[in-house]
Amino acid sequence: MLLTVSTTHRPAGDLGFLLHKHPDRVQRFEVAAGVAHVMYPEVGDERCTAALVLEVDPVDLVRSARGPAGEGFSLGQYVNDRPYAASSLLAVALGRVFGTAMKGRCDARPELAATAIPLEVHVPVLPCRGGPEFAARLFGPLGWAVAANPIPLDPAFPAWGDSRYVDLRLAGTLRLADALAQLYVLLPVLDDAKHYWVSGDEIDKLVRAGGDWLAAHPERQLITTRYLAHQRGYAAAAEARLAELDDRPDPDEPDERVGRTGHDAGDERLPSLAEQRRAAILGELRAAGAARVVDLGCGEGTLLRALLADSAFTELVGVDVSVSALRRAAARLAEAQRVRLLHGSVTYADDRLAGFDAVVLSEVVEHVDPPRLPALAAAVFGAARPATVLVTTPNAEYNVRWDTLPAGEYRHPDHRFEWTRAGFAAWSEQVAAAHGYAVRHVPVGPVDTEVGAPTQLAVFTRGS
Amino acid sequence: MPTLAVPELSLVALVGVTGSGKSTFAARHFAPTQVLSSDAFRALVSDDEDDQGATRDAFDALYYVAAKRLRAGRLTVIDATHLRREDRAQVVAAAREQDVLPVAIVFDLPPEVPRSRNAGHRNLPDHVLRRQQEALRRSVRGLRREGFRKVHVLSGVDDVAAARIEWEKAYNDRRELTGPFDVIGDVHGCLSELRELLGRLGYVVTPDGAHHPEGRTAVFVGDLVDRGPDTPGVLRLVMGMVAAGTGLCVAGNHEEKLVRALDGRQVRIAHGRAESLAQLAAQPAEFRAAARDFMYGLVSHYRLDGGKLVVAHAGLKEEYQGRSSGRVRAFCLYGETTGETDEYGLPVRLPWANDYRGAAAVVYGHTPTTVPEWVNNTICLDTGCVFGGALTALRWPERELVSVPAEREHYEPVRPLAPPPRPPDLLRLDDVAGTRYVETRLLGRVKVLEENAAGALEVMSRFAIDPRWLVYLPPTMAPAPTSTLDGLLEHPSTAFEAYRSAGVTRVVCEEKHMGSRAVAVVCRSAAVAAERFGVSDGSTGAVYTRTGRAFFPPELTEELLARVRAAASGLWAELATDWLVLDLELLPWSAKAGELLRRQYAPVGAAARAVLPEVLSVLSSTGARLGADAVGELAARQEVRLADAAAFTAAYGRYCWDTDGLRGVSLAPFAVLAGAGGVYADRDRDWHFAVLDRLVEADPEVFRTTRRITLDLADSAAEGVEWWTELTSAGGEGMVVKPFDGLARGRRGLVQPGVKCRGREYLRIIYGPDYTEHLDRLRERSLGRKRSMALREYALGLEALARFTEGEPLWRVHEPVFAVLALESAGVDPRL
Repeated sequence: MLLTVSTTHRPAGDLGFLLHKHPDRVQRFEVAAGVAHVMYPEVGDERCTAALVLEVDPVDLVRSARGPAGEGFSLGQYVNDRPYAASSLLAVALGRVFGTAMKGRCDARPELAATAIPLEVHVPVLPCRGGPEFAARLFGPLGWAVAANPIPLDPAFPAWGDSRYVDLRLAGTLRLADALAQLYVLLPVLDDAKHYWVSGDEIDKLVRAGGDWLAAHPERQLITTRYLAHQRGYAAAAEARLAELDDRPDPDEPDERVGRTGHDAGDERLPSLAEQRRAAILGELRAAGAARVVDLGCGEGTLLRALLADSAFTELVGVDVSVSALRRAAARLAEAQRVRLLHGSVTYADDRLAGFDAVVLSEVVEHVDPPRLPALAAAVFGAARPATVLVTTPNAEYNVRWDTLPAGEYRHPDHRFEWTRAGFAAWSEQVAAAHGYAVRHVPVGPVDTEVGAPTQLAVFTRGS
Repeated sequence: MPTLAVPELSLVALVGVTGSGKSTFAARHFAPTQVLSSDAFRALVSDDEDDQGATRDAFDALYYVAAKRLRAGRLTVIDATHLRREDRAQVVAAAREQDVLPVAIVFDLPPEVPRSRNAGHRNLPDHVLRRQQEALRRSVRGLRREGFRKVHVLSGVDDVAAARIEWEKAYNDRRELTGPFDVIGDVHGCLSELRELLGRLGYVVTPDGAHHPEGRTAVFVGDLVDRGPDTPGVLRLVMGMVAAGTGLCVAGNHEEKLVRALDGRQVRIAHGRAESLAQLAAQPAEFRAAARDFMYGLVSHYRLDGGKLVVAHAGLKEEYQGRSSGRVRAFCLYGETTGETDEYGLPVRLPWANDYRGAAAVVYGHTPTTVPEWVNNTICLDTGCVFGGALTALRWPERELVSVPAEREHYEPVRPLAPPPRPPDLLRLDDVAGTRYVETRLLGRVKVLEENAAGALEVMSRFAIDPRWLVYLPPTMAPAPTSTLDGLLEHPSTAFEAYRSAGVTRVVCEEKHMGSRAVAVVCRSAAVAAERFGVSDGSTGAVYTRTGRAFFPPELTEELLARVRAAASGLWAELATDWLVLDLELLPWSAKAGELLRRQYAPVGAAARAVLPEVLSVLSSTGARLGADAVGELAARQEVRLADAAAFTAAYGRYCWDTDGLRGVSLAPFAVLAGAGGVYADRDRDWHFAVLDRLVEADPEVFRTTRRITLDLADSAAEGVEWWTELTSAGGEGMVVKPFDGLARGRRGLVQPGVKCRGREYLRIIYGPDYTEHLDRLRERSLGRKRSMALREYALGLEALARFTEGEPLWRVHEPVFAVLALESAGVDPRL
């Protein structure tokens, strides 16, 4: 992988002093991922260019487990872009090779080190999740003119479109130390969009360490979250491996679509839709007098946390099919005594879930393939058989109210279907009749006269 | 000499004062592990067997162990004084909890005996001993009332010394009887139909008995009486058979109620009881008395044929089989009810059979249905003869159903006869979760680790198709042992050598199609799908990936299945089946792996092709400034890498082409896995290809042939090497080498069912574009785990198919299928 830095400050050759690397030598540095080479392809009074070439040993990358974070025992470790694309490995090499320059120290030219000088940076292959405009969003506010040109995936298959890489060129007048520090932090941020939960403390720490430019950056929140997520990234190895057996990408790899059309995308008020949904569920549970509640498909435990706030719920059980989601839920609910987390599935009958007052399936059914819904109904209404079952699911009719959701698309890429109000009513009435429950429907969120509310809630009550 | 009858499975309480010789007695008659002594448990929890302060904890621990033993069906003896009523009540409660009989053995000795013994090793004051003696005397009389089903009192030292234990089998334990049996459903006084059925089954029938010339035994599931025209006639016939040993009968709820009515107790005269009472009233008193005693003496259930067959009137869940208690009897007679009643006022029964996971087949009656159907190894034979249905028998072990229609509707049904509600085929988490051992016929027990099962649960739940279609998952395949030939990681010569040393002489080399492994289940019609797979939504099969995902949306799947069905039209009759499971490769790779290609493979090539020329240009400018030597080696390496990147891009590109619906999609089948005739794993490779070639002939657009050559390893291995070289230098993925005979056992047991030898260029997709530069290090790969995994998964896959073809319940088929997925989730170098 490659990064070049040029300046047109005169005399341009002073770049060698600022970088602490002699322009007439090709220098070699052992770094964690392989060997870094520093050289100057161009040295003149008007213009001087330094290049950092990082040669990664792909075999060692795997054996020393320094591959892409979290890919575990997956093929992704072997066939990956690390040897070519400017990732965190390059950032690490940058820090190692130009560490002194990054701190702004230059005994030979101290004033120059403290001065903003005209700089050009070229990163020919930069992974940029979020598209070329995302690079502009990150570098633009720092004073750079940004040119990010997408690189096509494979000219033999034009239909595949562009890759996630851009050829990045930055031009601006900055202190060299700042430029290097920005690259050091932002390269991994651009590369890695994995979404993990990061605590507030850690964010504060990075902001303090990141200096003025980061503190003032309009995308500060996003930068810090992504940066920290990258540092702590891990994935359930089994999950990754099984996905790959199926010739599918690592499920933990970010999907660009998630960011755009995630559950509640497209509406500024949407975080509050999730809250309204939780409030509606809580209200129904209280009305039903439920004390022992199962959150089936609890994910990372957001609803459980809300339930924990009310001591009327004496026993809470969260069930999810994803071990990694449960781990994150456990981290959130660490101190709670009244809650247990179980690994389970909505399509298998589970004796541990029998005898509760209520089972909640919040935004779960739409993640189940329609042919498997009878198994879900049998497991919940037939086997677990609580007095109350709450089911929430999107109202497909409402999707037209979201401008950013393309017509015909689901709210989440993993949704297997989204029901209209009539569709949900038909299903829930049939299930209720088959298992001896009564059902009523409650809209959640702002009710639109034409298309209804964004979320639909069904309240099932077991007959006597 | 006193003989103490003790049921083989019971909870025995020794009752007696301190020093009365209980422990000595226990040591003489029971195994040390059968005896739980309060002293020993006190010592366990407190290091002091006399520490009375530890008594409570000691008994907690003791009863915990007792419950575990009894649950496992092991006789247990509690050695404690049991002089207080509440201590004995705990014994009775523990026995009932585990559905075994509580037994008391009382040591009633003259006061001086314990006193002299106590003087020896314990300093129990006289007044304590006196109080104990007093308590014992008070206890003895009431033991039966307290719930002990057997009470033995040993009076005096001589009795204790001479006593002998006689083990008593449970009434329900007739495992020694091996039949063959004819299990007969609810008769309800339908004598004429019963006689006809017995005749049909080959019995010689007389008015007061029947026997089978081949020595078969009839087993009645109870409810002989009530509602029908001739209850006394039926009783006479069955009583005669039972007396003669040609028949067995378990109690039905109607017998139980009729006995109560005959005894003059308060019973509601409904459900056809009036007819029985009237008919019996017309019989001689001796017959009435004999019938009453016969019905009174009926056992709740029988275990027969080495434990493989259980007969109970309303069925019986596994944990109650072979047990004796009030609730076991109630379950046998009435089933498990919710306490609610349905729209006809009949009790709502819990569908215990849906959850049944026992090894024994349970045959029962009680709930009239139109057709008997096996559900999880249980079957209800009540086909409502008295309501105008039929009287049905099950031949065991043949598992054939024989039935005769009712002559007429003898009694109007309360609820119209209906087919049994379709069981939801609901799998249970216990069927798959946790550490499991799956029994396979090829490799014995295969262990599945808990964490791997957890990994598989997510994929199975979120992505896999309906488990009823998922009757098989393909095993992974090990590569040939690593080659040391220059520039190569894999080469057929090592595969040939491995088979040769395993004792295989003939192999087939098959072209490896680089697509996606697929399994196709295809039924001749939707009706076959409903009947054989239990899927009645109109679909006729499935085409799924190696982790159980559907390849295509439903409509497209059906379109593809229709093509397969049409091509297979000649095979149905020939293979005597109306469904088939095929193992195949679905092409192109990009059809399924499109996203992987776009997100992983193509980006690697794109990044390499974009960055390396830039690096080379930097190096060349630097070289121009400082002399070519300064960058020479580095530049040379980048040139090689650039060429490797181009080769890598070309390698995956060969397996990508556009598809639109089914256009462009083709199937390369390589095994006929199973059909109604069974699992075809033991057929040789020629047989498989003879069948599969017919598919290719019938529809060359969808099916693609697999080129192959058969080799005799003794003399034509070189031919195989040549062929492989030819295939791979033309850009092919490589080949698979398989034993010609299919399922092969060698000197060291089961032989790998196939090994792959992949081509040099293809392996760039697996090991990375530059792998050829690092061969020395990459050769250090260890294949042991992969090979063992391949064998275990192979055994599991065939086990699933075998279970399916033998008609085993869904959970039994799902178990090994799930295990394959679980093993696959284990961390093994994915490049192998």
